[in-house]
Amino acid sequence: MDPLLELQDLVVHFHTLDGVVHAVNGASYAVTAGQTLGIVGESGCGKSVSVLSVMRLIPEPPGEIVAGRVLYRGQDLLRLDKLHVQTIRGKEIAMVFQDPMTSLNPVLTIGQQISETMVVHEGMDKREARHQAIKLLETVGIPQPEDRYSDYPHQFSGGMRQRAMIAMALSCHPNVLIADEPTTALDVTIQAQIVDLVKDLRDRLGMAMIWITHDLGVVAELADRVVVMYAGFIVEEADVFTLFETPCHPYTLALLKSLPRVDSVSNEKLATIRGSPPDCLHLPPGCPFVPRCAFVVERCQRENPTLQHIASGHKIACWVDVTTGRER
Amino acid sequence: MSDRQVLVSVQGLRKYFPIYRGIVFQTQVGAVKAVDDITFDVYRGETLGLVGESGCGKTTTGRTILQLYRPTTGRVIFDGIDLTTQKGESLRKMRRRMQMIFQDPFASLNSRWTISRIVGEPMRIHRLYSRAEQIERVEELLELVQLDRMHVNRYPHEFSGGQRQRIGVARALASNPDFIVCDEPISALDISIQAQVVNLLDDLQERFGLTFLFIAHDLSMVRHICDRVAVMYLGVIVELADRGELYDHPQHPYTQALLSAVPIPDPLKTRARQRVILAGDPPSPVNPPGGCRFHPRCPIAKDCCAIEIPAWHEISPGHWIACHAV
Amino acid sequence: MAVSAATSDLLQARIKRRPLTPGQVALRRFIRHKMALVGVGILVALILYVTVGTVFFSEADANYVDLRNKLSPPSWEHPFGTDLGGRDILARTIYGGQISIIIGILAVIVSVVAGVLIGALAGFYGGIVDSLLMRFTEATFNIPQLFLLIALAKFFGTKMPAFNLFGRSFSGSVVIIVGVIGLTSWMYLARIVRSNFLSLKEQEFVTAARCAGATDFSLIFEHILPNTIAPIIVSATLEVASAILSEAYISFLGMGVQPPTATWGNMLNEAYNHLEGAPWMWFFPGTLILLAVLAINFAGDGLRDAFDPRSLAATQ
Repeated sequence: MDPLLELQDLVVHFHTLDGVVHAVNGASYAVTAGQTLGIVGESGCGKSVSVLSVMRLIPEPPGEIVAGRVLYRGQDLLRLDKLHVQTIRGKEIAMVFQDPMTSLNPVLTIGQQISETMVVHEGMDKREARHQAIKLLETVGIPQPEDRYSDYPHQFSGGMRQRAMIAMALSCHPNVLIADEPTTALDVTIQAQIVDLVKDLRDRLGMAMIWITHDLGVVAELADRVVVMYAGFIVEEADVFTLFETPCHPYTLALLKSLPRVDSVSNEKLATIRGSPPDCLHLPPGCPFVPRCAFVVERCQRENPTLQHIASGHKIACWVDVTTGRER
Repeated sequence: MSDRQVLVSVQGLRKYFPIYRGIVFQTQVGAVKAVDDITFDVYRGETLGLVGESGCGKTTTGRTILQLYRPTTGRVIFDGIDLTTQKGESLRKMRRRMQMIFQDPFASLNSRWTISRIVGEPMRIHRLYSRAEQIERVEELLELVQLDRMHVNRYPHEFSGGQRQRIGVARALASNPDFIVCDEPISALDISIQAQVVNLLDDLQERFGLTFLFIAHDLSMVRHICDRVAVMYLGVIVELADRGELYDHPQHPYTQALLSAVPIPDPLKTRARQRVILAGDPPSPVNPPGGCRFHPRCPIAKDCCAIEIPAWHEISPGHWIACHAV
Repeated sequence: MAVSAATSDLLQARIKRRPLTPGQVALRRFIRHKMALVGVGILVALILYVTVGTVFFSEADANYVDLRNKLSPPSWEHPFGTDLGGRDILARTIYGGQISIIIGILAVIVSVVAGVLIGALAGFYGGIVDSLLMRFTEATFNIPQLFLLIALAKFFGTKMPAFNLFGRSFSGSVVIIVGVIGLTSWMYLARIVRSNFLSLKEQEFVTAARCAGATDFSLIFEHILPNTIAPIIVSATLEVASAILSEAYISFLGMGVQPPTATWGNMLNEAYNHLEGAPWMWFFPGTLILLAVLAINFAGDGLRDAFDPRSLAATQ
């Protein structure tokens, strides 16, 4: 199946007073209709920046999309003019952010904000838009939607606001939904509700979804394919079952080993990843994970590995075979 | 564990925050019942986990135990002394023995002080050791938490989040306390750093025989480090048991829902399991529901649950619960 | 073959520049502010003028009455001209400048001490302490400086002893003026300090200090106050200008320091009846006041921008 949305070799820099931050370094990934792609990584690894570039939401300056293409149905979104991008953004590709309080306008009612997108993109009249908005609020599980239509964001709880954001994102029946850490700030029971809701909607609407998170548990729950990012590079890409069962990149391996589990316990110490997260201002010449990696060989320090297939549908960026400890 | 001694005994603890109305003359119109009658013991040398979601009162509990908030009613007996009756100088003296590690590595250190001054403060306040010994001890503490002792005169902003958290740990240890309340000490850190800090706390506990009250919302991490776990909901503790017992055989419907909501990093397992999805949002602690606070969202609520507050009782040795239906 | 652990640890040790302290950041920003540097330059020049100038003129020179030369325009002998009593204006501006500036600085010291204390106590303790102190602050806003000055001057005018500072003798009226200006201008700072205390006392580092057993005194003065230094410095700097102006205003009205001791303000008073006839009498002291106030305002603006928390946050 042809990919619906595809990033090719995206490179994004930020020009700051302290130097150039290499936020994204040649990222490539794709998502097809009906598929859910999970992007995992810790803070600063470039996952959010890569999708914000898709939506052309990176402020330039200080950001700069240095290279790469973002193909939506074959069209390169980075080469389109602003007007064109605006018609696609919101209507065909919709986004849900982490903090609904800052992405919702506090002086407009929730209902108004949802209707507005529909009036603008679908050309509906206000009454029709209101009707649709109420139906959407119901779909996302907000009780008494007719009353809640006229409530302001601050009158909603965190979970409700996130549902409202999802309603807004879905209002124009997008083909791709991009969710940037939408449940990170929510309690775990509310997160479970939202994940459940999203699964249901995704199955019903057949949307493609990109879900960004640092929580590997949520990824295991939702994603079909997973991309792991580190220091702006993609280090591993695989389908979700393969990734968790046979992770092949040292970072993925270490991350999975360091996670405590709610369903089992061991009395040993938690495996840790030594060192600290990378500084994207000063990236070393070789592989960025070298300072923390347990499998470093000489080549790792000289050359930054490129993303290669090691099995069908499974790519990693590493010179070393973790099962033997030797170079591939 | 018959040789267990109780170090901290919390009895009938309540903390209400009054709500005022009025511009000139303020009258109290209500109260946020953040902690509403909790009773539990903390044994010497153990790590007791206190979990719950936002608004459940766990942070308030930790602070009220340490008398950073004075309780509205109830008693906190620390090694035989009732802290609620202590004030002024005698309370300050007790503080040497009970410390806290805070959640926010950026806000919990005074950005104008060097870390030497920060870590040394408890020693200066309680007049432990001579000046020269204090300086030496600060350096030792930094080494203990795996920081470079040469950095002793640097400022907090020169360190990363994980390092600042370690500075907070060093400060908590400075006065040789018996009891440390860890208030979400790893929530603000990256996952790869969380494990480092947790292992550190584990090591320190073994070395110094510390007793921890570990407040957190990450149930996976809590399972790993705690010996016993208490679950809070809207100001009350609903279940308390040894960790294996709580995680493998949770009895309270809220505990069951909470555990089933935690995502497991294993796609086969997580997609196969039965989730208990709770409806709606937790109610506000200003007007909690009558009777059992969980009854509006409880899948097994009975009629009496709306009227009578369930009693806190032991259903099997060491396993406590507040529920009518179990 | 895997690289040994020791080498990989070496790879980890990167030589990084130590990040700047907030103070250093502020200094950098200040230096980039051109007008602020101009202000500082003028201030330095003025301070030199009133200090080094004493090498060339003695106080006696400033007060030397020579009626034959009265009201003479600027000349080689008297570069700034002479006044009604034939006294050299240049010398008088030097010694007068000392008093004006000293009054300005002392008044600000009084004002800052009062403002910080009241603001800190109100913000830290809250409740009834806060209410009372804030009502008191608001009441003080309404006290007119001049009324207070006249009243106090009447009561204490003759009773305050002269005092010595830097080898000069100052009359008791200086104390009153410093007191009046200081005690009627602390309110602005009190409000700022109070509001900063209200927010800072909720911060976790304060809770941490309380948890360690710190006393209230330590919390207020060692913990919270150092974190609110920026607005105090800015406010104090700008206050000096205001105080110098207040002194000028008070002296111009004849309520301030009495002649023969010169201040820039009372020199303007003496010039009042000779505005057209002898413009040098008001021009020089007036210009000096103007320069001082402008310079302080420029520097104060620069300081305010330098301490702007938004720019500091960006460098964290």
